[in-house]
Amino acid sequence: MPDFEPILLRRINAGASPALDAYRADGGYRALTKALTEMTPAQVVDVVKNSGLRGRGGAGFPCGVKWTFLPPNHPGPIYLCVNADESEPCTFNNRILMDKDPHQVLEGILLACYATKASVAYIYIRYEYGTAYRSMQKAIDEAYGANLLGKNILGKEFSLDVYLHRGAGAYICGEETGLIESLEGKRGWPRIKPPFPAVEGAFRKPTVVNNIETLACVTHVVNRGADWFKTIGIPPDPKNPRDAGSYGSKLYCISGHVNKPCCVELPLGISVRELVDKHGGGVWKNRKAKGCIPGGISMGLMTEAEFDTPLDFNGPGKVGCLGLGTAAVTIFDDTTSIVDVLYNICRFFAHESCGQCTPCREGTGWMMKMLDRIRQGHGRMEDLDILDEVAKSIGIMPGTTICGLADGAGWPVKNAIAKFRPELEGYIRGGQKTSMSLAVVH
Amino acid sequence: MAVVLINDKPVDIGNERLNLVQAAAKAGVFIPHYCWHPALSVVASCRMCLVEVGDKKPDGTVAMQPRVVPACQTPAKDGTVCITNSEKAKFSQARTLEGLLLNHPLDCPVCDKAGECMLQDYSYRFGKAQSRMIDPKNRPANKPDIGEHLSLFTDRCIMCSRCVRFTREISGSAELQVINRGHHSEIDIFPGDPVNNPLAGNVVDLCPVGALANKEFLYKQRVWFLKSQKSVCAGCSTGCSIHIDHNKDIVYRIRPRENPQAQGYFICDEGRFDFPYINGKERFDRPLVKPAGERSEPAESAVAWETALPDIRDVLKKSASALAAVVSPMLTVEEAYLFAKLIKGFSPQATLYLGWVPNVGKDESFPRDRKGNPVGPVQFTIRAEKCPNRRGVEEVLKHFQGEVLGFDRLIADISSPLPTGGEGAGVRRRPQALYLTAGYPPRLGAWLNDEQTKTLSTIPLLIVQDLAPTPITQTARYVLPAATFAEKDGCFVNHANLAQQIRWAVRPGTMGRTDGQIFLSLLGRRGLIQATKIRQELAAEIPFFAPLAVGDLGEFGVKLG
Repeated sequence: MPDFEPILLRRINAGASPALDAYRADGGYRALTKALTEMTPAQVVDVVKNSGLRGRGGAGFPCGVKWTFLPPNHPGPIYLCVNADESEPCTFNNRILMDKDPHQVLEGILLACYATKASVAYIYIRYEYGTAYRSMQKAIDEAYGANLLGKNILGKEFSLDVYLHRGAGAYICGEETGLIESLEGKRGWPRIKPPFPAVEGAFRKPTVVNNIETLACVTHVVNRGADWFKTIGIPPDPKNPRDAGSYGSKLYCISGHVNKPCCVELPLGISVRELVDKHGGGVWKNRKAKGCIPGGISMGLMTEAEFDTPLDFNGPGKVGCLGLGTAAVTIFDDTTSIVDVLYNICRFFAHESCGQCTPCREGTGWMMKMLDRIRQGHGRMEDLDILDEVAKSIGIMPGTTICGLADGAGWPVKNAIAKFRPELEGYIRGGQKTSMSLAVVH
Repeated sequence: MAVVLINDKPVDIGNERLNLVQAAAKAGVFIPHYCWHPALSVVASCRMCLVEVGDKKPDGTVAMQPRVVPACQTPAKDGTVCITNSEKAKFSQARTLEGLLLNHPLDCPVCDKAGECMLQDYSYRFGKAQSRMIDPKNRPANKPDIGEHLSLFTDRCIMCSRCVRFTREISGSAELQVINRGHHSEIDIFPGDPVNNPLAGNVVDLCPVGALANKEFLYKQRVWFLKSQKSVCAGCSTGCSIHIDHNKDIVYRIRPRENPQAQGYFICDEGRFDFPYINGKERFDRPLVKPAGERSEPAESAVAWETALPDIRDVLKKSASALAAVVSPMLTVEEAYLFAKLIKGFSPQATLYLGWVPNVGKDESFPRDRKGNPVGPVQFTIRAEKCPNRRGVEEVLKHFQGEVLGFDRLIADISSPLPTGGEGAGVRRRPQALYLTAGYPPRLGAWLNDEQTKTLSTIPLLIVQDLAPTPITQTARYVLPAATFAEKDGCFVNHANLAQQIRWAVRPGTMGRTDGQIFLSLLGRRGLIQATKIRQELAAEIPFFAPLAVGDLGEFGVKLG
């Protein structure tokens, strides 16, 4: 297969300047001009819908379909919330886009607002992303100066204000309703649904929440058309009528025990093995991989034997993972203890659970405590069964929580118990103790 | 017409907008819940009310949802199928309870809530007997100074957030919040800003576990020793429905009782915490008499009821034509009726005056923000009129006298040159004898100023019926003990003409008698007072009170007028 010509990373890989002039010189804002002069908002929605573009934030919901959920003929205002609270561990694709090519993102935001008739866009940006914040702010200022934002953009009947809002460092504020609550100045507690944000979101108005990478894709979909977009990636599985396909390219983040951690843009459907061997420079220190986290830690774990699974919206699910997630692959080598991996994951979720729903609040803390005990050599065999039961009973899928954080917390545990049980049992039976010193956050 | 199937049992909920917890209650099925409260917003976060839900299609098939859902958040619609007793629902509820107990200290033996604790009750009914967690529990520090009357046992909290929502949605003062995340979440206040709003005590009732405690009640009495009486608060003219919790003739606690016709679900702290005077040691419990002609002499002697009442009857009869009586708005309708009948029985010329109507400040409505501005629709009002039965007494006075003469009028009449004797209907006389009923709670302070006291003491024969010694009782010839609302039966009519029944919870001391009993004896009627009988009697006599003919006014009271 010939090397894929990157789309989203084209300018970034070429080392192009993030400034407005350079972006325009490279053909930037052509999609916006096209949309504003030649297309109605409904046509933009149709193009995005036909392209099969699915959300890049993790859940993979078709972007165009989401836009159609807005109440028709709403008197407004309608809001667009841009989810730049990229907090999934090992995920950094949005950061690269915002750092190095902010206008590409901004153009996507403009197109999305034009399509959804949103009059204000809020970019909810993770607190830790200082560079991205400054870079986005600069781009916004430039855009206001060039009449790309503000009143009557490019002389047309379309006005848009974009605000940057910095988060305060909570993972849960990446959940769309948690983000909206936080944006409103409240505690980042996800809301009960219904009503869904499309009906009643930020400030009780219809709201669309989209990921940065999704919006960057929108730019190119509008520019080059739905048919072009469909030439990339994997078409729907004809045997699965509910599969919406995995079209387009994706920014894969490769990290962990590899020689060359990086972010590469590839068509959806690439396998972990190819990512590691070809793009990540292989497993470090000439070791073998034991497994990986295929798409951010909430998606579960893959063993080395499953590395040939294609990373598209369906692939990881076939080997028991939750989904594609953010496509941030983290490799761990064969010297890594699965107990340490699990403990670290559970510690993260216990720390980040918002504390609203009982099963998640107590379940994540309990799993962490159990794994800490196992890690210190005091595990019991029945702990694995309890862990499995807790992991399976918390989350939005069994219906016991409001948002999906608990599913993400449970998935790696239940994957680990299913896939690495012999190692876990051996660890407990042998009374092994960890050699890692992980700070304990209680 | 909407029919909901609860555990295969059809329930018609009509056109009501209910959630599944409420719909199931109609079917007699209890769905356990913590965070949901009918007066507060739905957060569906405790996940205690998880049930299986489905839809019954017109063709009779049932499509169940694959996951459990919180019943509090699921609207009951026509054809909704709700299963609360399946393995899946029971497992989910048991898992939630196990989660709640993971970090709970299980200190029931020293917890005030034990015995009326939802965590205990649900664990027994829906939970597991043992915890599977062997790891150390989180032990957050207690916060005993979270409010003037409130103490927070942080480790017992199950994070239902009812208290937080109460301060945001009902009182509007928003002192409480959740701090920290995950299993370290805690309820807390903003530093230096305790929960001292006038409705703060309600968070204790809302707390389903022993986390928020009422400091006035803390460690005073185990709840299983308490007996509860349904009554009405006498603190203001709102007339909140309450429970009086008592044991061995001591009132320990006052709690709100739900009454959609009166106040809703809550009561104010003024009503909740102003009961110690009922148990007060200084209260009169028997008649006191001063020898005639020795008014300045402070020495009074206690006499037996059997001696005092005939005496009083005699002296009143002698002064009948220049007799005045003050009917306190603290009296029940029945008592006011008996009293008026008694006084007018001596002479039609005897004059009835309405007792002092305490007005303190302005009506306070909630929710209101921290600056006192109203926010949103009114959820609760504390009235400025700090007596329970002005409306009822006024109607009695109107019936017996055609007009309502205020207390100021009495003072004016005493000092004015009205005739002191002689015949002639409709001519007001300068009072030569005064029977004054009071019974105001001490929180209202001295209600007579020095000048008024002086004016009143110019009356040759002064009979005062009050709770405890005051300047006016010291100048009175006869002092009779009054009873508080917790000691008598009867009814109060609130500001909106809602008549509600009060019921006695404790006895007015070993020798004490209720006001109604005193009037009954003075009227020469035999036996103990039966408020229901009197109520039916006055309902037949006074048209305004006709709806009271039902006798028992039920839990929520009867609308008049």
